[in-house]
Amino acid sequence: MEEQNMMQRFDDYVADNKKIEPKDWMPDAYRKTLIRQISQHAHSEIVGMLPEGNWITRAPSLKRKAILLAKVQDEAGHGLYLYSAAETLGVERDELLEELHDGRAKYSSIFNYPTINWADIGAIGWLVDGAAIMNQVPLCKCSYGPYARAMVRVCKEESFHQRQGFQIMLNMAKGTPEQKQMAQDALNRWWWPSLMMFGPTDANSPHSAQSMKWKIKLFSNDELRQRFIDMTVPQAEVLGLTIPDPDLKWNEERGHYDFGEINWDEFYNVIKGNGPCNKQRIETRRKAYDNGAWVREAAVAHAEKRAARRNETAAA
Amino acid sequence: MSKKNWPLFEVFIRSRQGLSHKHVGSLHAADARMAIENARDVYTRRMEGESIWVVPAEAITASSPDEKDALYTPADDKVYRHPTFYDLPDEVKHM
Ligand SMILES: [Fe+2]
Ligand SMILES: [Fe+2]
Repeated sequence: MEEQNMMQRFDDYVADNKKIEPKDWMPDAYRKTLIRQISQHAHSEIVGMLPEGNWITRAPSLKRKAILLAKVQDEAGHGLYLYSAAETLGVERDELLEELHDGRAKYSSIFNYPTINWADIGAIGWLVDGAAIMNQVPLCKCSYGPYARAMVRVCKEESFHQRQGFQIMLNMAKGTPEQKQMAQDALNRWWWPSLMMFGPTDANSPHSAQSMKWKIKLFSNDELRQRFIDMTVPQAEVLGLTIPDPDLKWNEERGHYDFGEINWDEFYNVIKGNGPCNKQRIETRRKAYDNGAWVREAAVAHAEKRAARRNETAAA
Repeated sequence: MSKKNWPLFEVFIRSRQGLSHKHVGSLHAADARMAIENARDVYTRRMEGESIWVVPAEAITASSPDEKDALYTPADDKVYRHPTFYDLPDEVKHM
């Protein structure tokens, strides 16, 4: 079939909400965009382990430590599901990791902020995982089969992440005045970066229209951001904490909360690599990868030895 | 030592006794035994299964999407293979 017919068939297929599978014909630009999107998503999962990993050894109780460990382990799994989905498009995982480690690939800018007190772990679960869920749930219905299936697994595991974070916030907000102050401080620092997680405004998001046509993006950045705010404000009220936005107020007419201007200079600055922890995050990733080299090599050597022994026994 | 990438394995899990194994995803591992161990860690953390198969991805032969018409359209006009094709008199209550 000629290219134009294939394209027509692909477009109809996607418009019909059918899934594209790895061996189906797809336009090059769709494949490239997906590889970029899925790998960025995968990178975000594993870089996202670092700010929280910082607190595993310092969690305030054994129970909290076990929960945080389970959560961070889930994020590693999410990375794996997503790298696997990307690989079905014809890239090697090692190439993707290389792009992350040499700075060519991006990941969510939220993970370039530091976790300086225990309440930050609460704020991350509640806000960052909350925003991630808002982004991820629609993707369970995206047009690329392996990506959609990976997102279903991710979303199933994700909901405990948000709850455990909210519970940390709740405990601290209902605790001593000092604990409540720590929770408020964490909210103050994580609120705006969480809103930035949804990406630039629709007006400044030039590729969104194509991605929405391809159904690898199902709602616009501004739509998802608004939904997140509408969902989160009442939760902050339950906590008795104040969202650090003097312009935040319910708009009866719109049926949504109005909110203040996001500091986009900060957003673009962090993306460019100048956030508080960009360098540290990549360095930690690179070190983990390099220090793990001997383990990967030893595993191959061991596997080869085991295979050779099996062959010997079979020949004898 | 030269760099060798671990091969890709497809993972299949039986969620409960009595059900068949179902494809859940894939992972890289040095060999099949390690693939089983890793599959346990990533795909059964919440009691999703009680039996795991791992298959080297390169051992799978798949039909090609281009063959779809040749393979599946012959079944299109054989509606008599479905029980709904047959009209039964009302008197027959169960069949
Ligand atoms: Fe995740
Ligand atoms: Fe999460």
